[in-house]
Amino acid sequence: MYAVNYHRAASVSDAAKLLKNGDAKLLSGGMTLIPAMKTRLAAPSDLVDVSRLKELHGIKVSGKTVTIGAATTHYDVSSDEKLKKACPALAHMASLIGDPAVRYKGTIGGSIANNDPAADYPAALLALGATIITNKREIAADKFFKGLFETALKDGEIITAVTFTAPAKAAYQKFRNPASRYAIVGVFVTKGKDGVRAAVTGAGDDGVFRSKEIESALAKNFDASALDGLKVSAKGLMSDIHASADYRANLITVMAKRAVAAANA
Amino acid sequence: MSDVSLTVNGRRVSGTAEDRTLLVHFLREHLGLTGTHVGCDTSQCGACVVHVDGRAVKSCTMLAVQASGSTIVTIEGLANGGDLHPVQAAFKEHHGLQCGFCTPGMIMAATDMIARYPEGLDEATVRAELDGNICRCTGYHNIVKAILAASQAMAKGAKGKARQAA
Repeated sequence: MYAVNYHRAASVSDAAKLLKNGDAKLLSGGMTLIPAMKTRLAAPSDLVDVSRLKELHGIKVSGKTVTIGAATTHYDVSSDEKLKKACPALAHMASLIGDPAVRYKGTIGGSIANNDPAADYPAALLALGATIITNKREIAADKFFKGLFETALKDGEIITAVTFTAPAKAAYQKFRNPASRYAIVGVFVTKGKDGVRAAVTGAGDDGVFRSKEIESALAKNFDASALDGLKVSAKGLMSDIHASADYRANLITVMAKRAVAAANA
Repeated sequence: MSDVSLTVNGRRVSGTAEDRTLLVHFLREHLGLTGTHVGCDTSQCGACVVHVDGRAVKSCTMLAVQASGSTIVTIEGLANGGDLHPVQAAFKEHHGLQCGFCTPGMIMAATDMIARYPEGLDEATVRAELDGNICRCTGYHNIVKAILAASQAMAKGAKGKARQAA
């Protein structure tokens, strides 16, 4: 990788100041950024490490309200006992990311800031109707994910936490690429007080999206049988060496059915 | 350049390294601990797994300066003098290696896995937990056998110690 200057931030406000150095980037778990720097797909002049900031760590559950610090690792999300009770679907989703060594380092904030079109967290936060909290404002998940590796974050803005109301029912099902462990298709479904939401990752040409076809079928009847024969359009879906758009379209229905069955189990 | 201070296998070490130096290169080239291997260099194969503050991570995907202040255990830190660690002994006993290139990472991942499942492991769990460690020789069967055997041996050892303490 190209030479880089490393800074360890002492606080979120310190990190915001350090981000003004050259072409600086935030470093959290580094599970995407460091590989990208090795291949020179990313070449920041400076790295601002926020992974050790205590204020960005931890999971709080208060009634139905769940708040997760941005630098909380996938392992900590997958193994938190309070979260497993409040929203087991999210803990389960975190247990499916990458491999054990990656889950020890990778963070929720890093994953959503990167917004990889095949990452798991964007689907979860979109389906949970989560709010992304930054050092400047709060952003609804519906307005946060803007496309391939694009988010609503502005220069110098730092995600500090995400928060959501635990839904009555939720589940995530992922058809995993066995080599990369990313989703070829992943579907997160929730049934909460504001109705049914179904978010799809791994499939969209423009990143994570909500499937209106699946949501409207499930709004009438939140049961896997409600999706029998449902054809999702392949328009706007990715085709690559792993799967064609048609295959992904079929997988969306299959994963959604499995997710609903798991949510009802 | 930055100062890097670590506790590695119980010994305090410090040095100066370029900020872009990966932890695995610091361990191998600055400290001469060549037991930790670089396999794929793309965070997939797990040959570089070491424990950082008690967690098994890929040292090819972490900067040395990022780890500064942390406690590291590498494959060289497992054995107690001439006595192999139970996981090392089980890999030997069950022929859990052929060429041996992946073995340091396998063993560091296995010790972490066994610690996370104090209630014991089954074959399916071991295979799922080895997701991030690739072996191109053994077909994994003997690695899985070795980890299961080590997990049982360590559980018995823990019980024995508890009995002695009582």
